[in-house]
Amino acid sequence: MKSEFENEMKLEFISKSSNEAFARITVAAFASQLDPTIEELADIKTAVSEAVTNCIIHGYDNRQGIVKVVAKLKENEIIIEISDKGKGIENIEIAKEPLYTTKPNLERSGMGFTIMESFMDSMEVESIVGLGTKITMTKKIKPKEEETEEEFEMITKE
Amino acid sequence: METKFYKKDKVLVFKITEEIDDNSVQKIRRRADYEIERYMPKRVIFDFDSVSFMDSAGIGLIIGRYKFTNMLGGKLEVANLTPAVKRIFEMSGILRLIPVTRIRTNN
Ligand SMILES: Nc1ncnc2c1ncn2[C@@H]1O[C@H](COP(=O)(O)OP(=O)(O)OP(=O)(O)O)[C@@H](O)[C@H]1O
Ligand SMILES: [Mg+2]
Repeated sequence: MKSEFENEMKLEFISKSSNEAFARITVAAFASQLDPTIEELADIKTAVSEAVTNCIIHGYDNRQGIVKVVAKLKENEIIIEISDKGKGIENIEIAKEPLYTTKPNLERSGMGFTIMESFMDSMEVESIVGLGTKITMTKKIKPKEEETEEEFEMITKE
Repeated sequence: METKFYKKDKVLVFKITEEIDDNSVQKIRRRADYEIERYMPKRVIFDFDSVSFMDSAGIGLIIGRYKFTNMLGGKLEVANLTPAVKRIFEMSGILRLIPVTRIRTNN
């Protein structure tokens, strides 16, 4: 089976908050193949951390479930899908609004979706109440300026 | 996180040295609230100089400590923000409420 992507990986782990760092570091390591800048990598890490945390604290409400992360590379773009089989989102438009949170008592600020949207090039939410939520994000890694190689002529003096 | 209390000026400085996410924030919060209650400082300063990663959990952490400090009669500030941390705080608007300072953290 040949994939339409140049590379793909899949990660599944149980919904423990100690796996948030594991997930973002793993995706960042995978993304390094596109030769991103440190800033681009930091953006990817932050967006992954937001989506994975949402699966754990909202999707599963801290009960145990499986969080799935898929990352694909195509040309200079990374496509990241992060999903849970948790409780789902009733109104996606409202949930995406800045400062909207259903867990203010847990000191959440309602900025997760806003951060994902602004740190990545695109972010889509699919969700069915009772079945789960899937976030798809993409980011293009800018091609680096070709380093101009200086050519030296070997001058051998006799 | 490293904690330092400057008795004379009643300044409590928390230097965060770990990555800030939903996982680490629970410990930081418990520890900070404990120290704030213990010292009753006039100023509480969170130093971000050594923070290599922060997501939205950091916003909730700082708003929560801001309220707690105010309630006990102190003032909260954030110091030495890295560009990544600053960007996240700016998006949330909390820097309109909380002063940003620079401090020296050696010694
Ligand atoms: N995977 C999910 N499953 C169920 N509900 C979700 C999921 N992700 C987000 N939500 C809902 O959308 C709301 C907004 O999410 P967002 O990440 O923007 O903010 P937050 O998680 O509440 O706070 P923050 O991310 O700033 O700590 C959440 O409060 C929650 O109600
Ligand atoms: Mg969130």
